[in-house]
Amino acid sequence: MDHIRNFSIIAHIDHGKSTLADRLIQAAGLVNERDFRDQILDTMDIERERGITIKSQAISLPYVDKQGRSFELNLIDTPGHVDFSYEVSRALASCEGVLLLVDAAQGVEAQTVANAYAAMEHDLEIIPVINKIDLPSADIERVKEEIEIELGLDSDQAILCSAKEGTGIRDVLEAIVTVIPPPSGPVEKPLQALIFDAHYDPFRGTIVSCRLFSGSVRAGDRIRLMHNRATYKAEEVGLFRLNREPKKELSAGEVGYIISGIKTVSDVRIGDTITLEGNAAQAPLPGFKEIKPVVFASIYPVASDDYRSLADALEKYKLNDAALIFQKDSSAALGLGFRCGFLGLLHLEIVQERLEREYGQSLIMTSPTVQYRFLLSNGEEIIVDNPVYYPDPSTIVKAMEPFIRASIMIPERYMGAVMDLCLERRGVNAQFNYPTPGRIEIRFDMPLAEVIYDFYDSLKTVTQGYGSFDYELLDYRESDLVKLNILLNGEKVDALSQIVFRDSARPRALNACQKLKQEIPRHMFKIAIQGAIGSTVIARSTISPFRKDVTAKCYGGDITRKRKLLEKQKKGKKRMKMVGSVAIPQSAFVAVLKTDKKGS
Amino acid sequence: MSPGVYVHIPFCRSKCPYCGFYSVPSKRPVPIWFEGIKKEIRLYKGLFGRFDSLYLGGGTPTFLDDAILSCLTDHLFAHFDFTADREFTIEANPCDLSAEKIRLLKELGINRVNVGIQSFDDGALAFLGRRHTGREAENSLKRLRRLGFRNIGVDLIYGLPGQTLEHWEGTLNQALLFQPEHISCYELTLEEQTVFGRLQEKGEMHGLSEEDGRAFFLAAAKRLGEAGYVHYEVSNYARTEAFCCRHNSKYWNRSPYLGLGPSAHSFDGTERWWNVRSVRHYGALLKRGSPPIQARETLTKEQIRLESLALGFRTSQGVALTRMALEPRSTEMLSTLKTAGLLKLKDGRVVPTEEGFLVADSLPLCFFP
Repeated sequence: MDHIRNFSIIAHIDHGKSTLADRLIQAAGLVNERDFRDQILDTMDIERERGITIKSQAISLPYVDKQGRSFELNLIDTPGHVDFSYEVSRALASCEGVLLLVDAAQGVEAQTVANAYAAMEHDLEIIPVINKIDLPSADIERVKEEIEIELGLDSDQAILCSAKEGTGIRDVLEAIVTVIPPPSGPVEKPLQALIFDAHYDPFRGTIVSCRLFSGSVRAGDRIRLMHNRATYKAEEVGLFRLNREPKKELSAGEVGYIISGIKTVSDVRIGDTITLEGNAAQAPLPGFKEIKPVVFASIYPVASDDYRSLADALEKYKLNDAALIFQKDSSAALGLGFRCGFLGLLHLEIVQERLEREYGQSLIMTSPTVQYRFLLSNGEEIIVDNPVYYPDPSTIVKAMEPFIRASIMIPERYMGAVMDLCLERRGVNAQFNYPTPGRIEIRFDMPLAEVIYDFYDSLKTVTQGYGSFDYELLDYRESDLVKLNILLNGEKVDALSQIVFRDSARPRALNACQKLKQEIPRHMFKIAIQGAIGSTVIARSTISPFRKDVTAKCYGGDITRKRKLLEKQKKGKKRMKMVGSVAIPQSAFVAVLKTDKKGS
Repeated sequence: MSPGVYVHIPFCRSKCPYCGFYSVPSKRPVPIWFEGIKKEIRLYKGLFGRFDSLYLGGGTPTFLDDAILSCLTDHLFAHFDFTADREFTIEANPCDLSAEKIRLLKELGINRVNVGIQSFDDGALAFLGRRHTGREAENSLKRLRRLGFRNIGVDLIYGLPGQTLEHWEGTLNQALLFQPEHISCYELTLEEQTVFGRLQEKGEMHGLSEEDGRAFFLAAAKRLGEAGYVHYEVSNYARTEAFCCRHNSKYWNRSPYLGLGPSAHSFDGTERWWNVRSVRHYGALLKRGSPPIQARETLTKEQIRLESLALGFRTSQGVALTRMALEPRSTEMLSTLKTAGLLKLKDGRVVPTEEGFLVADSLPLCFFP
C-alpha cells in the first residue's frame, strides 16, 4: 500500500486546476501528445466551455520518483463550486492529501479558503501550490503571506509552478509522494468502500467510483450498498486510467471503479458505503448525508406538445445526475411541466443548458425560489418551494426563510460598493477580516433568496470582476414575506409569481413590469402588465399595440408565397407561450429575474 | 364555384422601378411565349369545366400587337368553355388606350378594363417610371367611357416619398370624377429585386412609417366610403357589390383558377402549381410537350385552414365561423380581437373592420397555437 497516494486538487475557480491536472497526466505518460487535449478530465462540453468541473473524476497515474520507486497516484478531480460541496466532501474523504492551488496573481480567494478548511476538516495533508508564476503580475511573496496568515499553512512548503508552461510539475509530483502519506487500511477486515461518485455509461449502466478503506472486492463478489440496503453482483472492478482498466481485485487503500448492473446513478447515493454481502462491515463509513436541493424552479416545454419529449430527456439526464430531483407540475399559463430541485444556481443553469444542448429541448424555466417555511394559525408548519402553494396570508402566523453565511473577498477599494450591495440584499451581522494589506474579507448573514436573485452578477459588476464569493447554509429565520403576482391584461401568470420580502416587493414588481415590456413584442391590442400583491396593484406598464402590418398586394394567384411566410411566422410563434391572448417569448421568463445594475 | 382563367403576358415597354412581377422589357420573346401559350391552352383543354372569368394580366397586356391579342383570345375561346356572363378583364396602360385599341378590346369581348393609372400627377408618374402623364391618364378613362366600357377599374398608388395626405386625397378625388366601377389603392412597397428595393437596402429610400401608412390607408377608406364604394378587400373598392372583381375574388375565396404563361399560378381546388418564370424555359418545355410547371403542392388540412384565414381576413367576407375551427383558446382570442375593434361577427362570419384590414397579416396566426 506504500506505493499508493490518493490526492485531490482544490482551488478557486480559474486558478488552473484543470491545467495542472492535464500536466500531471502528461507527466505520467498516460497519453501521447497527439491524443492530448486541454482539460482532459472535463469530458462534458459545458465543462470545457465554462472552464469548470461538474462531475468528480478519478485517474490513476503511474509515477517513478527520483529514487526510482514506482507509485500509483490516484488523482480525484472534484467540482470546485459551492453547489457541489457535498460531492467535494466525499471526494476529500477519499484522499489523504490535497494540492491547494493558488493563483500567483490573484492570491487566496473565497473558495480557496472554503476548500482549505474543508481539507483541514478531513485531516488531510495540504500542499500549497502557487500556480501561474510566469504571469507578469505574479506576486509570490504576497501570496505566500496570504497562505500563512489566512490559511495558517507553512508557506515555505509551497511549491512554485506554472501549469501552463509546465514548470515545477516534477516538484509537485515529488511532494505528492513525500508529503502525502500512503493510505492505511486493513485488507483482512470486511470491505468498506466509499462511493464518491457515479457515472452513467449507456452500455454498462452505472460506473461507481469508490475508495476502499478496508477489505477487498473482486469481480463476481456480491456487494451491498449499506444505506440503500440493495445488493448487486460486482461484474467488473478496476482502475481508472484514461479509460477504465479492469483488474482482478481492488483492495484497501485503492481508488477504482465497480460495475455491477446498477441501472441509474439515482440508485447509488454518493457517500454510501459498499460492503460484501457475505462478509459485511459492522457499520458504514461516517459522513453520509442525503443531498437536499436548496433551489427550486419549474421547467416547461416551450411547445406544450413537447411535454413527453421533455419527460424523456429528464429521465435520461437523471441517469447521470442524482442531485437533480423533479416531479410533475402544471401551470395554468404554461401547461404541463416539472418542478425541479437543484443544489444551487450553478447546478440549475447546468441542468437547463445541458437539457437544451445535449437533449435538444427548448425550455421555459420559472423564477428560482428557495424553500420557505410557514407556521399557520392551525399550528401546522408547512414548507413551500413553489409560489403556487403560498398559503392564504390571513392564516400565516410566522414566515421563515433560509439564511446563509456569505463570505466575500475583495480588494479594499470595493468595500463601499460591496457593503451597499450586501445591505441592499438584507445582509446582517457583518464581520471583516483583513488578511493582507489591501484585501478584505466581508462576512454577512444573508437570505439565500437574495443570493439566487442575481447576486453573483451584481457582485461581479460592482467589483469589476475582482470579488469572489462563497457561502454556507446557516438556518431559518423569521421574515416578512408576500406573494407577488404578475398579471397580463388582468390575467394572472402563475409562472411569473414570486415569493418576496415585503420591502422588496415594489422594486421587484417594477423591474418585472419593465422587463416584460422590453421582452414581449407588440401585439394587435394593448397589453397591460401589472404587479400585484393580492388585489393591490403596486406596479404597472403598458405595451402599446402595433396597428398596421398588412401588405398591399396578395400576389396575383400566388397564395403559396404568402402562406409560406405565415408558416414561418407560425413556427416562430411556437416558441412563444400563450397566456390568454398574449404571446410571451421564452426570454421574458428569464429576464424578469435580472436587474439592470450599472457598474460603480 | 366556377373556375377562372388567368393569362400572364410578361412584356412591358420598360420596367417600373417598384414592380416585382415577372416581365421582360422587350417584345422580342413574344413569339416563343405565344407558341407556348397556345400549347399550354391545349394541355388544359377540358380539364377545368366552364370558366366564368378571364383575366389578361402582366406585364402589360395592351403592349401586345393587336394581331397577337386577337389570336390569343380566339385560341382561348376556341379551346375553353366560358359562361355567357363571363367577366373578361384586361390590364391596360393609359398610353396604350388609343381609340382603335379600345375598339379592338370591345371586339374581342373584353368587358372590363383595369387601367394602371397610379396617379394623375406628372411628377409622381415620372418618379414611378410610368410613361404616361396625368392628362393621358384622364383621357384614357374618358375614352373608355365614351367608347362604351361600363366596367372600368383604376389602380392608384400612395405612399410616395414626400407625398402628403392632402395630395393623396387629391388623387382619390380626381379618380372619383370618373366614377370608376372599381378602384385599387396600393401602398408603394419597396420590394426586393426592384430598383426601389435596392435603394431601400442602401438606405436611400424608405417606406411609410406605421402611422403614415395607417393615415393614407384610412383616408382612402374614408373618402371612398363616403363616395359609396364597398371596401371588399384590403386594397380593393367597388362602386357596388356587383362590381367586385369576380376573377380576383377567386384567389381570396379559394375558388379554382387556371394560370397560363410564365410564372402563372393555378389552383384546382386541391392542388396548387406554378409555372417556370423564364419565357425561354417556358417555351422550351412546351415545345417538348412537357407542362411548364416549376412545382406543385397539395395542401394539408392545417395549411388549408391557414390559407382560408389568411385570405378571408383580407376581405369583407371574412371567414365563416364554422371554418374557424375554434377551440377554447381561440374563442378567447376572438373576443380579445373583437374588443380591440379588429374583428366583428356578421351573419355567422368573422369579419375584419377597417382597423382589422390594417393588421390582416397578423390576424390569421392569432388562431393558431
